[in-house]
Amino acid sequence: MSNASMRITLTVWRQASADAGGGFETYDVPGVSPDMSFLEMLDVVNERLMHDGKEPIAFDHDCREGICGACGFMINGQAHGPERATATCQLHMRKFRDGDHLTIEPWRAAGFPLVKDLIVDRTAFDRIIESGGYVSVGTGGAPDGNLIPIPKPVADAAMDAAACIGCGACVAACPNGAAQLFTSAKMQHLNLLPQGQAERWDRTVNMVESMETYFGSCTNHRECEAACPKSISIDFIALMNKDYAKAQLKQRRLIGQTFP
Amino acid sequence: MTMAFDAKIPEGPLEEKWDNHRFQIKLVNPANKRRFDVIVVGTGLAGASAAASLAELGYNVKVVTFHDSPRRAHSIAAQGGINAAKNYKNDGDSIYRLFYDTIKGGDYRSREANVYRLAQVSVDIIDQCVAQGVPFAREYGGLLDNRSFGGAQVSRTFYARGQTGQQLLLGAYQALMRGVHSYGIQLYPRTEMLDVVVKDGRTAGIVCRDLNTGEVFSMSGHAVVLATGGYGNAFYLSTNAKNSNVTAAWRAAKKGAYFANPCYTQIHPTCIPASDEFQSKLTLMSESLRNDGRVWVPNKMDDTRSPDQIPEDDRDYFLERRYPAFGNLVPRDVASRAIKHEVDAGRGVGPLKNGVYLDLSEATNRLGHDVIEERYGNLFEMYERIAGEDPYKVPMRIYPAIHYTMGGLWVDYNLMSNLPGLFVLGEANFSDHGANRLGASALMQGLADGYFVLPYTIGDYLAPLLGTTPLSVDDPAFAAAEHAIDDQVRRLLSINGKKTVDEIHRELGRVLWDNCGMARTEQSLSKALAEIPAIREEFWKNVCVLGENESRNQALEKAGRVADFLEFGELMVLDALRRNESCGGHFREEYQTEDGEALRDDEHYAYVAAWEFKGVDNEPELHKEQLNFEYAHPSTRSYK
Amino acid sequence: MATTATPPTKPVKTPPVTPARPIRKLVPNGPPILRFYRSSVGKKWVMAVTGLMLMGFVVFHLIGNLKLYLSKEEINLYGEALRDMPGHLLPRTVLLWTLRSGLFVAFVLHLHSAYSLTMINRKARPQQYQSRRDYVAADFASRTMRWTGIIVLLYLVFHLMDLTWGTANSEWVRGDPYNNLVYSLQRPVVALAYAVANIALAFHLYHGAWSMFQSMGINNPRINKLRRSFATAFAGLILVGNLSFPILIQLHVVDLQCPHTEPTTAPCKA
Repeated sequence: MSNASMRITLTVWRQASADAGGGFETYDVPGVSPDMSFLEMLDVVNERLMHDGKEPIAFDHDCREGICGACGFMINGQAHGPERATATCQLHMRKFRDGDHLTIEPWRAAGFPLVKDLIVDRTAFDRIIESGGYVSVGTGGAPDGNLIPIPKPVADAAMDAAACIGCGACVAACPNGAAQLFTSAKMQHLNLLPQGQAERWDRTVNMVESMETYFGSCTNHRECEAACPKSISIDFIALMNKDYAKAQLKQRRLIGQTFP
Repeated sequence: MTMAFDAKIPEGPLEEKWDNHRFQIKLVNPANKRRFDVIVVGTGLAGASAAASLAELGYNVKVVTFHDSPRRAHSIAAQGGINAAKNYKNDGDSIYRLFYDTIKGGDYRSREANVYRLAQVSVDIIDQCVAQGVPFAREYGGLLDNRSFGGAQVSRTFYARGQTGQQLLLGAYQALMRGVHSYGIQLYPRTEMLDVVVKDGRTAGIVCRDLNTGEVFSMSGHAVVLATGGYGNAFYLSTNAKNSNVTAAWRAAKKGAYFANPCYTQIHPTCIPASDEFQSKLTLMSESLRNDGRVWVPNKMDDTRSPDQIPEDDRDYFLERRYPAFGNLVPRDVASRAIKHEVDAGRGVGPLKNGVYLDLSEATNRLGHDVIEERYGNLFEMYERIAGEDPYKVPMRIYPAIHYTMGGLWVDYNLMSNLPGLFVLGEANFSDHGANRLGASALMQGLADGYFVLPYTIGDYLAPLLGTTPLSVDDPAFAAAEHAIDDQVRRLLSINGKKTVDEIHRELGRVLWDNCGMARTEQSLSKALAEIPAIREEFWKNVCVLGENESRNQALEKAGRVADFLEFGELMVLDALRRNESCGGHFREEYQTEDGEALRDDEHYAYVAAWEFKGVDNEPELHKEQLNFEYAHPSTRSYK
Repeated sequence: MATTATPPTKPVKTPPVTPARPIRKLVPNGPPILRFYRSSVGKKWVMAVTGLMLMGFVVFHLIGNLKLYLSKEEINLYGEALRDMPGHLLPRTVLLWTLRSGLFVAFVLHLHSAYSLTMINRKARPQQYQSRRDYVAADFASRTMRWTGIIVLLYLVFHLMDLTWGTANSEWVRGDPYNNLVYSLQRPVVALAYAVANIALAFHLYHGAWSMFQSMGINNPRINKLRRSFATAFAGLILVGNLSFPILIQLHVVDLQCPHTEPTTAPCKA
C-alpha cells in the first residue's frame, strides 16, 4: 500500500473499426494510484476522455479477477504486460514506476481480427473447441463419479492444462501467431483423463486441423508459456505433437488397450 | 395479464414429489422435439447446461450471449466448490441433510419441494461433470476429494483447486460447443437480449442487439429460457463481473414477469477490502479459506502493531467466541454481520481500517506450508497481487461485499415464470436459496436447473403446442419492441450530458450500499426510495454517451444496463422496506435478537414477495406466495 | 402462439460467423502421410526427424574430419572406407550413395517444411505489431533459425563445390581430402566463411536439438532438463570440433603434406 501518486504516459492503439485505419494516440495520465489495477487506470483515462468529449478506449474486460479471459492486450511489447503469470486485470500499477511510458496495442493475429481499439474477435478459439474439445457424453447416463479412480498426478496434470482461461495471450505473444498452447491445453486436459480416451485420436486430429485453419505454427520459442496468465506449460504442446503423430498411426479399434 | 399464481408444487411426500411430477407432466415425443424452437439467453452454468441438454434431446436451440465467447460467463469466477449429497466421506450426509441445511441456511424462505429436488439431483451433477472430464480434486487413491464449507457440518463440497466454477463452466461450455457441432445449436455471441416479446399471453421471442454492428433484431421461438445471472452490480461495487447486469430479467419483469424477493442480496464475508476510490470491483476470495483460517481483530481499538506482533491474548477470535459450534464456518450472512459489527466498533485493521484478519498461520503450522499451498495457493497469489502483501507472512484482510442475489424472477416448480413460455434458471430466478445461499450451492443450483430440471419440465409446456409455429418476427409485437430499443439507443446518444455512466452508477451504488446493504432500517430505506428517482432523473437528463450505435460502443451498452439498475434498484429497496423482519441476507436493524441475530417473523412474512411491474413511476403490485414448511420446521437459526 | 399462415418476410438473422478468415484449408483427403505433412504439426515432425538425420551427419562428418589430426593417411583412408563400405556386401559406393540420397532427401524436406512453415506463419500475422516487441523467452537462437539456416545452406553449397566437387578449389585433387581441406582452409577468406557458417550452425543446433524433442513429443518431466543440456552440449561440441580446423590450419599446426603416392598435387609443390 502506498499513497504516492504516479504520472504515466500512455500510448494507445486507436482504431474505430476493422476496416478503418488505426494509429497510436498518446495521453498524459497524472494521478495514478499504485493500488489501481491496469484496467482501473484505463477506466480513469476513459472517464477523463469522456469529460473532454472524446470517445473512450474500447477494451474487453469482465471479471477483473483473472479468470474469465476477456481482457488482454500488449503492454510495452509483452502480452498482458511485464508481470509473469498475470492477466492484465490483475496487473497493478505498483509494478510500474512514476514517469513510465506505456504503449498498449491489441493482440495481432489473423485468427483474431480487430473489432475496435483494443478489442479483437477470438471466436476462432470457439471453432477449435467446437471441432472436438469435449467429451461426448450427453446429460444423464453418467456412471458414478468414483467409478473410475483417477490417479492424483493424472488429475493434477489435467487440471494444470484445464486452467487455461482462453485469453489469447499465447497467440499474441507467439512470433508465429500460433495457437498451440491454447489448443494443446484444451486437448490434453481431456486426453490425459480416462474419460477422454474414447475420442482421443479423433479429437486430436480435429482440433489440430481446426487450429491450423486460423493460426500459425509452433516453432518452440516458448513465448506463449511466458505470456500465459496461468503459466500453462509447453509440455502440453509436446504431448499434443505426440498424440497427433500417434493419431495418424493408431489402429483405432484397439483404443481400449491404450488406457493410460 | 392475469395469470394463475400457482407454484405447481406436486402432491405427495417430499421424497416422491419430483418423481411423481416427472411421471405426471407431459412429454414431447423424441421425433417431435425438433419441431420446437427454444431460445436460451445466457451461457453461464445454467444457460450452457440447459442449451446443451435441450439440444441433445432434439430441440432446436438458439443461444444468445453478450460475451465474445460463451465461456466467459461469470459462473467462471466461482472458486470454492459445488455441494452434492454423495456422502463419500461417510460423515452422515444424505439428500435430506443437504435439503435441511439449504432450507435452514436460507432462513426458511425457500420452497421445500424445490430445495429437496435440488438436493436429489445434486448427486447426478457430480457424475455428469466427472464424465465430461471436469478435473475435480482427487485423493491419492484416485477417488474424489471433498472439503467442508460454511453452513454445513459435513464435508460434501467437490472442488477443482480454487477454480471450481471455471472447470464446471468449461464442462458446460464444451457440452454447448458439442451441441453447436453436432446438434445444430445456433450460437449468437456478442448479442445482447434487450426485450421479451409477449403476445396473446405467451412468450413469443426476444429482441436483441448485435453489439458489434448495433443492429437490433428479433428472434422468435416456442419458449425462451433466461439464464442471465443476478443483479449484484446494482451496488456498483460487488464481486460480480463488470458486465453482469439485470437487464434481461428486468425487461422481462417490465413485460409482466413477477420479480421475487429482490431484497435478498448476499454479502460475502471474505472479500478483499477496497483500497481507494478508483476501485472498480471487489474481489472475492473463496469462503473455503474459512476452513483453515481464523478470523480475528485486535482487542484494542486502533492497535497499530503489525499482526504478528499482537499476542494471542490481545486478539479477539470473534466468530469462535460468538459461535462456538460452527466457529469460523457460520453461514455467510452471520459472518458478514459479525465482521461489520467489529469494523463499525472501530476494531478494523488495514490502512483504511476497513477489514478484519483472516489468519491461516495456525493451519500452516499444523498442516505444513505445502498442504496450505496445495489448497489455497492460487487464492494466496491472487491476494498478494491485489493487496501487495504476502499472506504466508501477513494475515489477509477481509471485508464483506455484495456477492450473490437470491432474489430473481418468480418461477414455479417447472422453473417457468408467470409468463407462459418464459423459463428462468440459475441466479436469475429466485427459487432455491431463500433469503440466504449457502456456499458451494450456486454452482449446484445452476447446473441442476440446466442439466436435470428444465430439460424435463419444459416438455410440459411445449407438448400442447405441437403443430404451432412461432410467431413471425414480422409481427407488430416484435416491430414495436424493436422500435422501442432503437428509440432508447437514440435517446441515450442524444442526451450529451455532463456525467459519465459510471459516475451515475457509482452514485446509485453508494445509495444502495449505504441504505440497503448489509444492514437496513426503515429510515435508510425510505431515504433510498427518495434518492433513487432523483438519480434516475439526472441520468436521463445529464448522462454522456459518446460515439455511435453502428460500431462497438461499450458506454452505450453500459448506459442501457445502468438505466435498468436505476429502475430495478427502487424495487429492491421497496421490497426491503416492506419486509418487516430480518432473514438471511435481509437484515433490518429494527428486527434483531438481543445478541444481534436476525429476527424472523414467520407469522407474517413466510411468503415469497412477487412484484408485478406497473410502470416506472408507479408502485408495483405485490403478490404473495405463502411458503409452507411440512418437513423442515422453521426454528431460529442458531450456529452457536 | 398463433399458427401464422404467412411466412416471414424478414430474413431470420443467422448467427454471426467468426470473422477470422482461414489462413489455409486443410483438405482431409489423400494418403495419410500427405495429410500428416499438410498439417504444420506434421511439418514440425518432419523438420525434427530430418533435423535428427542431419545432426547424425554432422556428428559423423566431424568424427571423420577429426582424423585429420591423426595423420594424412588416416583421413584419406577414411575417405576411401566411406566409398568402400560395407565391405564386400554391396558394390562399391552403393551404400555411400544411398546414404547421400537419404541425406539429400532429408535436407530437401527440412528446407521445404521450413519454407512452408514460414509462409504459413506470415499469413498468421498479416499485420505486424506496430510497437516494439519485448521477447521474454524466445532467445537469439530460436528467433534466427531462418537466417542461421540460410547461412549454413549457402555455405554448404560452397563447401560441396570446394571440397566434394572441387569446382571452387583450383588445387582440388580427387582422393586426397587431407590436402584439399588444408589447402582450402589456408585461404583466410574461406577459413573465415567456414567459421561464420559453423557459428551459425551451432546456433541452429542450439535451438534445433532442443526443439526437436518438443516437436516429436519427447517430453517427460524426468528428462526435460536434460533436453536443454543435450542441445547445448551438442551444439558446443560441434562448434569446438568444427572450429578447430580453420584455427589450427590457419596457425599452421596442421599443414600440407606431400603425398607418398601419385599424383603429385600442386599445393605440395608450393
